[in-house]
Formats: sequence, C-alpha cells, structure tokens
Amino acid sequence: MGRTRIEGAFAEARRENRAVLVAYLMAGDPDLETSYAALCALRDNGADIIELGAPFTDPMADGAAIQKAGLRALANGTKLTDVIALAARFRKDDQTTPLILMGYANPVHSMGYETFADAAATAGIDGSIIVDLPPEEDAPLRELYTRHGLSVIRLATPTTDEHRAAKVSEGASGFIYFVAVTGVTGAGSADPAAIAGQVAMVKRVSGLPVCVGFGVKSGAQAAEMAKIADGVVVGSAFVEKAGDAHATGRFKAAAPAMGALARELRVAIDSVRKA
Amino acid sequence: MDLRNTWDRWPDANGRFGEFGGRYVAETLMPLVLELEAEYRKARQDPAFAAEMQDLWTHYVGRPSPLYFAERLTEHFGGAKIYFKRDELNHTGAHKINNCLGQVLLARRMGKKRIIAETGAGQHGVATATICARFGLECVVFMGETDVERQKPNVFRMRLLGAKIVPVSSGTGTLKDAMNEALRDWVTNVETTFYCIGTAAGPHPYPEIVRDFQSVIGREARAQILEREGRLPDAVMACIGGGSNAIGLFHPFIDDEGVRLIGVEAAGYGIETGMHAAALNGGRPGILHGNRTYLLQTEDGQIIDAHSISAGLDYPGIGPEHAFLRDMGRAEYLSCTDDEALEAFQLCTRLEGIIPALEPAHAIARVGEVAKDLGKNGLMILNLCGRGDKDVFSVAKALGVDV
Repeated sequence: MGRTRIEGAFAEARRENRAVLVAYLMAGDPDLETSYAALCALRDNGADIIELGAPFTDPMADGAAIQKAGLRALANGTKLTDVIALAARFRKDDQTTPLILMGYANPVHSMGYETFADAAATAGIDGSIIVDLPPEEDAPLRELYTRHGLSVIRLATPTTDEHRAAKVSEGASGFIYFVAVTGVTGAGSADPAAIAGQVAMVKRVSGLPVCVGFGVKSGAQAAEMAKIADGVVVGSAFVEKAGDAHATGRFKAAAPAMGALARELRVAIDSVRKA
Repeated sequence: MDLRNTWDRWPDANGRFGEFGGRYVAETLMPLVLELEAEYRKARQDPAFAAEMQDLWTHYVGRPSPLYFAERLTEHFGGAKIYFKRDELNHTGAHKINNCLGQVLLARRMGKKRIIAETGAGQHGVATATICARFGLECVVFMGETDVERQKPNVFRMRLLGAKIVPVSSGTGTLKDAMNEALRDWVTNVETTFYCIGTAAGPHPYPEIVRDFQSVIGREARAQILEREGRLPDAVMACIGGGSNAIGLFHPFIDDEGVRLIGVEAAGYGIETGMHAAALNGGRPGILHGNRTYLLQTEDGQIIDAHSISAGLDYPGIGPEHAFLRDMGRAEYLSCTDDEALEAFQLCTRLEGIIPALEPAHAIARVGEVAKDLGKNGLMILNLCGRGDKDVFSVAKALGVDV
C-alpha cells in the first residue's frame, strides 16, 4: 500500500520544516452547505488536515462551544450518513487533504462498525478519532480499518504515563492527538513548557507524529505549540465562527471567517522553523 | 460474608457482562479507571476495609434493614405473601447510602479529597453529601435543572450537608445530563477528584463495585426470608432506573434457580408514546456513559431523552448487568406507567402506612399481578428502596392538590 494522505501531509510539512495545522469543524453547523464551504476555506487557507466533527447528543469530553455546535447540527437533522456524504463531496475535488472523522462511539456503533468502515473508506475519509473508544474497546473497528487502509487516531493526555503510552500506541496509526489539558475541549490553555517532555515521550514511544490540541485558540498559542509538537489542533475557535454565523443568520460569513482564522494560525505556525 | 456466586465470573477481565459493559471512556480517564479497579481489588482483600464498612453500616446507616410482611397489601391482592425489604429505613431514606459509603471509603484509600456525584431524584446526592459531611470531604453534586425543580427538599438537604449543587441545563436537565457534566468535571479535575457513581452503570469497574456494595440488600433479604419462612422466595422484585437497588437485591439470588428476578422499568406516559424510561423494553444496545448497554436512541444513534414521573428512574440507559441478565433469560423486566405508579404510591400508603418513593411505587404497581400469578402459596420480596417524603410535593402536584 502506498503512502496515506495523512502520512503525505506530515511528509510535506517536514520538507518545509514546519508543523502541520489540524482544523476541526462540526459537520452540519450551521448547515451542511456552510460546512462544505468551510472545508474548502480551511484547505485554501493552510489547514493541512481537517477533522470533521460528527454530532452527538451527549458529548462527554466537549466544552460548551462544541456541545452547542453539535446540538445545532442535530437540530437541523444532520446524521452520520450526512457527515460521510459531506466528506465524499469534498473528496471529489480534493485528493490530498486528509479528512478525519471525529466523534463518539454510539452513532458509529449504531450504524454498525462494518457498514461505517466501508462507507468512510468509500467516501475518502482517512481515519477517525472516536473519543470514547480507548484502545481497550476499539479492536473490532481497528481490524476493519486495517482492511480499508483507514487510520486509528488515538488520544494521549497529561494522565498518560510511559506505560500507558505504549498501550495507546498499540495499533495506532496516522498520528497521536495529544490532549494538552485535563479537561474538556475549549477549556483553559496549556503551558507548552509543562507538556513538552510528555509530548516528546509519546512521540518516542509511538513512533508517530504527535499533534497537540485543546485550548489552542490564537496564532501566538499555536506558534508556541508548534515548537514542541509535529502539529497543532484547533477546534473550538473555528466552531465559534460557525456559532456566530448561526447567531446572526449570516451563514455565508462563516467560511471566510474560518478561513481567515486558519490563515492567521498557519502564518504563526510557519514562523516556527523546525529542524 | 461471602460475595461470590457462580455469576461472579462476570464482569470478565475486560469489564464485560457478556457483550455488555466495558470501559468506553475518554483516554484522560482510562488511567483513573484502571487505578480504581486495582484499588478496589485490594480493598476487597482487606479485612480492615470490610470491618470499617460493616461498622458504619450497622451504627450509621442502620443495617440490617428489616424484612417486613406487608399483610394488608397481600390480602388486597389475594395472592402470594408479599414481603418488603425496608431499605427506605436506611439513614438518608434510600438504598443509595450502601454504595456511597463503600465508594467514599475507597476514595479515602486513594487519597482523593474531592467527591463528585450525579443525582436524579436527589437520593444519591443526599447520600453522597451525607458521607462526605461525615468524613469532612468536599462534595459537588451535579443535578439536572428539571430535577432541581421537582426535588426541592433534597436540594436543600444537600446544601445543609455542605454540598455544592451544580444545576445542569443542557439536554432536558435530567439525570443523563447531570452524568455528562459530572464526567466533564472528572476529566478536568482528574488528579484530585473521585467520581462516586450512584447506579450500577458507567465504565468498568463501577457496575461491579456498585453491585457488590448494594448486594448487602439481597444477602440480608435471603437470610431473613430463610429465617422467617424457612424457604427461599419464589420471586424478588425491584424498580429499575440504572438498576442499582435491583442488582443489589437480585445478585445473591442469581444462583437460586427457582427464584424469579423481576425488574420494573418506568414506562412514563406509556412505551408506545415514546415518552418513557424503559431502556430494556423500548431500547436497543448502544454505548453511553462508559458502557455498552440497552439505550433509548434514534435510528442514527442519538440518545433520546427519557421521561418518567420519577426523577430516579428518568434515565435512557440501564446497568450493563441487567442487559446481560435479560439477554441470558435469567431476569424478567416489566414496566409501569406514571399513572400506575401514582396509584400504587397511594395504595401502599393507605394499606401499609408506608409512604414509598415514586421509584419503588413502580415495582409495587406490578406486584399484584406477580402475586396472583404465584398464587396463595407463593412468597415474594419487593425492595422498598426509598421513602416518599421527597415526592410528596410532586405527587400532590400530579394529583392536582395545592399543598
């Protein structure tokens, strides 16, 4: 099998001596058409990898911004099949930007792991982060992913010691998402100095690139994280742009606003030259 | 005090009861959940832990709770002899304290000084706040806004006990939302905080821990009925929300093949209306709050808000061991509507002089049918898991009475 799109994104960033920008948006918020425009705007403004949030009624690891985004997406009827269809639409014209589905286990379980893995691979999705499927519980999905060339992206956190990092790395692929703070998405920001050692440990143990997220909102914060990691994940800050569009009713404003933020973050990340 | 029976091989090493249970939590919590399991295994082997628990059960909680022959209810239905296991006589008025005591003692062993809990009816919140007051621990209780409104007396009791109440407005503001918020707090304060889960659900090892601590109900009831009647009952019955009082009553009887285990779910306005809390009778398997179990959910796997007049049963899931017992055919699960529960609440109050909580009123509503089915020579135990003081205002409202 050739190089995956995710591997390609990291390889390109390495060639350019920089970290990658991973951008998150909630599919269907404020509507699917806006999400499609946002996907394109994020890609056009420097997002290397895009996480496509799948809404769930009970997002236990998310703070207020993403909780509300999920409820808005559900309120306008967004289903997991719509999220997959959105990915397929984007993939028609873009063969390189990795798309990662991020969400919770129950909608995927409800669709059936096999059906989901088939549909995701066919749509051109590259992998998933299922927040409440730790390594102990994702074996059935992992086997299907291997068959379809999809990546199982796992989370590491400040509570992950070296022993646990080995468990997290078992069967992981693509990259490791390092959650910078103990907390929910969009909560307080992390001190890069405090987690740098742990990020390096996870990278060494997993042999995979490590991207840091949670609490990163501004260019300045992104630049600090870019110094210690292979990539920076920004979520709630993008989701808030969609929230603004929903509040004002000006849906068309969402994609340009998200694009502008992506550009700001990417310029900041690019200012950090990596060896 | 031997907890073991042949069904103790569940949960297995992966925290599974057959295909239910498991550890579906965010990675941040995984090390904690594994640590809790290791600590619990040690505590179970420690005679000092058992002795401290037993001492507080006896002198603080008031165990054993009596087994009472409900003579007039028996006469009323004209079938099997009905006994009540009087867990509503426990300190704080429900079975919840059996488990809180055990979990807070575990938290102390683990050096945690801050205890969080979710609560629906407020009984688990009150029990947790009580034990925290007793041990001088910080206590934060998450409670849905709807429940804060319909369970005012318990909210005040928790505040008196020194607990901080966090009203939760997301979703429908009931137990499920309180549990989401408690999990978010736990993820945030993972180093300092112990999450005291009130029902036999959540990630492994919680369903096992809660079952073991609540099994005191069934162990006592089994010994008491043998002493009173010289034989085992034909059926034991309990209401089910998450299912902690029911699993506590059922578990010591699981090996007794002749004993029917009967749970009663909350059917709300009726299962056919979709406005209910009967996960086994009206749901299908899914993943929520750390475990795989039966859930109320849409075709797309979104969780449906439960409805029940009883805040303690108002939950869209059920403990994984009940899902397992159901699928294995070992236990039966009936259901009861809001209206039926209200009638049973009044019937029990008038005939026995015992005001039951709305939760066990659901079981009382089905007891007549089972008693008739068993016949005059039959013998059954119903777990009266909570007293109705907390429900007096909401029952008055439902009956159109201005208190």
